[in-house]
Amino acid sequence: MRDKIRAMVMSNLNIFSSEVEFSDDDNIFRKGFVDSLFAVQLIAYLEQEFGIRVTNKDLNINNFHSVNKMVSFVERKRQEDGGGEESNR
Amino acid sequence: MKIELDDRQKRIVEEAVEFARTVLAPRARENEEKGVFPRDVLSQMRERGYLGATLPQAHGGLGLDPVAYGLLVAAIEKGDCSASRLLTVHLALVAEAILKCGSESQVRKWIPRIARGETICAFGLTEPEHGSDAAGIQTAYTVHGNEFRVNGRKRWTTFSGIADLLLVMARNVETVSAFLIERDSAGVTIEPQKGLMAGRACHICEVVLNDVVVGKERLLGQEGQGFAYVANTALDHGRFSIAWSGVGLAEAALDAMVSYARKRKQFGESIGSFQLIREMIAEAVTRVYAAKSLCWRAGEMRKSASPEAVIETTIAKHFSAGVAFRTACDAVQVHGGNGFTSEYPVERYMREAKVLEIIEGTSQIQQMVISLHGLRRFGRT
Repeated sequence: MRDKIRAMVMSNLNIFSSEVEFSDDDNIFRKGFVDSLFAVQLIAYLEQEFGIRVTNKDLNINNFHSVNKMVSFVERKRQEDGGGEESNR
Repeated sequence: MKIELDDRQKRIVEEAVEFARTVLAPRARENEEKGVFPRDVLSQMRERGYLGATLPQAHGGLGLDPVAYGLLVAAIEKGDCSASRLLTVHLALVAEAILKCGSESQVRKWIPRIARGETICAFGLTEPEHGSDAAGIQTAYTVHGNEFRVNGRKRWTTFSGIADLLLVMARNVETVSAFLIERDSAGVTIEPQKGLMAGRACHICEVVLNDVVVGKERLLGQEGQGFAYVANTALDHGRFSIAWSGVGLAEAALDAMVSYARKRKQFGESIGSFQLIREMIAEAVTRVYAAKSLCWRAGEMRKSASPEAVIETTIAKHFSAGVAFRTACDAVQVHGGNGFTSEYPVERYMREAKVLEIIEGTSQIQQMVISLHGLRRFGRT
């Protein structure tokens, strides 16, 4: 799961210099690594890829601002929802 | 281009084409001149379920999928752009945001009313000093226990003149939140905007918010997530709607261009026989096909809830808005001097098409987003 999420985030980073490093704890919003549309795209991705439903209560930046936060969020949602199905893509 | 829809959606779209041709189009000019969207037309749209076109059938909507909704918007746009603009703000910008970001009780309360058209919605993001820099809005809110107080001024708030419910973005220092504010709340004043180039029947107004008290049940999404989630969700849906408006408007301009080129005679021949007129027709046909293809592709991706649908929608909106304006300009050119008069619809199409390059993100903002996508996606070997 972590690798998939990291790959998705990496493919959407607005960083075009190979010298900039990005860790799983980096706040991608605060560091300006992503554009304003990313949040909407990210939610669609997490829902589709991991079979979870992001509700109104989940729409908190603290759930999504780093790769580690996203992984924790998906794990928690799967436990709450009784386990979503990961896509095979 | 053949787009497959199930029988129910196909029938709804076909009826919308007829409704636009027989009810909307004949009155579009008059509505613009009067600066009013007629109540009887609004009632007919309500009865036909168009005001709940995309909303789930369980909530009283028509439950159209994104492609069917796009075709509906394009059909309505061909009749009267103000009617399709209503669908964009009421449904795409506000209802979809409530559906995605609202609590269960907000969805239960508002979506059925919106679907039935009992509650008309408008979207308040843009301000006199903040357009493209939407994250910099100055309309402010403060927190008082379980209540918020909102102060500020929104501009270009389409259909706010007749709306019952406003989705308003406001700031508390660095935090932007979204609020559902009823138009008749104390402290809300609606001031019509005059002298508009287009959208004259769209009841575009400034919304003045003077110490408006908003209960916590009217906060949409979590506090502080108004821009990242609510506004961006709304604008994503809005861009999809506007992309299809571009298709509808370009098709209307193409129809007018070709119809005139067939009938108008100069030098003893229909002007459609002249090569330079044909060049404009050929380019218009190609552009319309291309715009419709992009919108269709974005619609299919939205149907499958693909994360890529966001950028595909942005690309479709940018292209389609440009196609609408270019095609409308060429339609005026084919009409020559007659294109400048209100006897023909093409001058109106040209003005209305220009708006599509500005609303729901200017073409320049779309280019910035698309260029970042290009920089990420291509040439990475």
